[in-house]
Amino acid sequence: MRWQVFIILSLSLLVLASCGTKPRELLNVSYDPTRELYQEFNVAFQQHWLQTHNEEVIIRQSHGSSGSQARAIIDGLPADVATLALAYDIDAIAAKEIIATDWLTQRPNNSSPYTSTIVFLVRKGNPKQITDWDDLIREDVSVITPNPKTSGGARWNYLAALGYAQNTYATEQQVTDFVHKLYRNVAVLDTGARASTTTFAEKGIGDVLITWENEALLAIKQLQANDFTLVTPSQSILAEPSVAVVDRTVDEHDTRELAEAYISYLYSEVGQDLAAKHFYRPRDEKIAERYREQFPPLTLFTVEQLGGWQSLQRIHFSDGGKFDQIYTGGTK
Amino acid sequence: MREHKGIKLALIFTMYGYIILFLLVPLLFIFTKALEQGVAVYLAAILDEEARSAIRLTLLVTAITVPLNTLFGISAAWAITKFDFKGKQLLLSLIELPFAVSPVIAGLMFILFFSPSGVLGTVITDFGLRIIFSVPGIVLATMFVTLPFVARELIPVMEAQGRAEEEAAISLGANGFQMFKRVTLPAIKWGLLYGVILCSARAVGEFGAVSIVSGRIRGMTNTMPLHIEILYNEYQFAAAFAVASLMSLLAVITLFIKVWIEHRTHTSTR
Repeated sequence: MRWQVFIILSLSLLVLASCGTKPRELLNVSYDPTRELYQEFNVAFQQHWLQTHNEEVIIRQSHGSSGSQARAIIDGLPADVATLALAYDIDAIAAKEIIATDWLTQRPNNSSPYTSTIVFLVRKGNPKQITDWDDLIREDVSVITPNPKTSGGARWNYLAALGYAQNTYATEQQVTDFVHKLYRNVAVLDTGARASTTTFAEKGIGDVLITWENEALLAIKQLQANDFTLVTPSQSILAEPSVAVVDRTVDEHDTRELAEAYISYLYSEVGQDLAAKHFYRPRDEKIAERYREQFPPLTLFTVEQLGGWQSLQRIHFSDGGKFDQIYTGGTK
Repeated sequence: MREHKGIKLALIFTMYGYIILFLLVPLLFIFTKALEQGVAVYLAAILDEEARSAIRLTLLVTAITVPLNTLFGISAAWAITKFDFKGKQLLLSLIELPFAVSPVIAGLMFILFFSPSGVLGTVITDFGLRIIFSVPGIVLATMFVTLPFVARELIPVMEAQGRAEEEAAISLGANGFQMFKRVTLPAIKWGLLYGVILCSARAVGEFGAVSIVSGRIRGMTNTMPLHIEILYNEYQFAAAFAVASLMSLLAVITLFIKVWIEHRTHTSTR
């Protein structure tokens, strides 16, 4: 029995040593491309909270691929707030009763304070003349997009292509053929969105990168050495990154009002402006007007119009699903 | 066997070419890339608050795991080489298990163990402790991965030393501690140091297992290797390579100490 006491004692010492005491902390567990946004937003929120509640708080952030971050929260990562790439990942956490199952309707706009869409990044001057989805199935075009089975971002890419095909072609067979042709043009199928961006931008592979609009704008801003052109297709999917309070953690840490206020602040004018500044399309129309040049208009369709995450996941991304059939040649 | 000049030269030439091409050039490339945007950017990357906290955490983890694994390594090597008991071979294989198990699996193992739904999850939560996604988890994962290093280095040395000298010490009236200090330790010290250095190098550099149990909370559970990956993914290439160069520098220093120790060992053992 003695050694167990010893282990527990030394572990608690470690724990004590690792987490200070004074100000309250809030942990925002997010996905990769939001780092710059939340770094700035956290400072703004800290000031806002100090002014309105006269309390200093520390906001911590953690980033990784959306799916693995959801997994980490399920496994005990003490997130107070989850701001992930897609509703499906938050649903996965909610299924474990860590987040309330009605999270999607707790906040305005499907609990999604900012949106994005899927666009194309091409080489400078667009040498292959890529203007819309149909160009991606041309035989002389090589496409870069990550694997939708491993990457949340890549699922949006797949669904954007699927939605375009459904709106354009009459028969189910034509839709399937379009998606097959597109994915047979893929030169490198990376496991994550950032990896695809690096493949395209740093390694110089492929003619077109299918990516989130915010990723494309950020890449253009960050990688000045290489020159790219952004192409907005005629229509694409409305990507809604989801936010939710993690009920398990906030109840344990007594941080619910802080977490609620943090998320509400994303919908405020300050939050909306910061989102737009970091290349996410704001929900607030006044702010959107301010950034009009950055976000060209296009026809947007939603995941719900395509059938919703649960059924799309089952039909397309499960093992042996429609995505797998592209490579096994199941329905050639 | 007669020495063949041509073959010898060709082999040496190939070896040097290989090492320069695959080790030195890429390593130098890290340093040039790190300094590409000037010394100011380099220093800013290393002195950045998140970078400093990553460096601190890495040093803390190393400072905890290396002494513990050294103690374990000495005990294990002693037990295996100086005593006869059943299951000795099994113990030997078990010590080497972390070499065989992929670090990713080691990380997942701790998740399975300590997550709220895991084997020990409820016990841990009841005590209000946090293991995974916190410093203790990172320490545990690093300890697992670096466990064999000291023992592996000591076992052959202690085996070669045999038991005679120690038995003589005991029969001359030395107690266990005196024997260890005056007879065992002088004989194994270089091997021990070598093991400690390898163990430290791995503890500093461990990525796989740590990345799984870390949770990547910036300023809290981010170690140096994780910080480098994050910087790289954020297009901050100069900063990523700056921190990487700092780690490479640590590795190079380690290597020099290692070579020096090897030199000493060769001269001290006749």
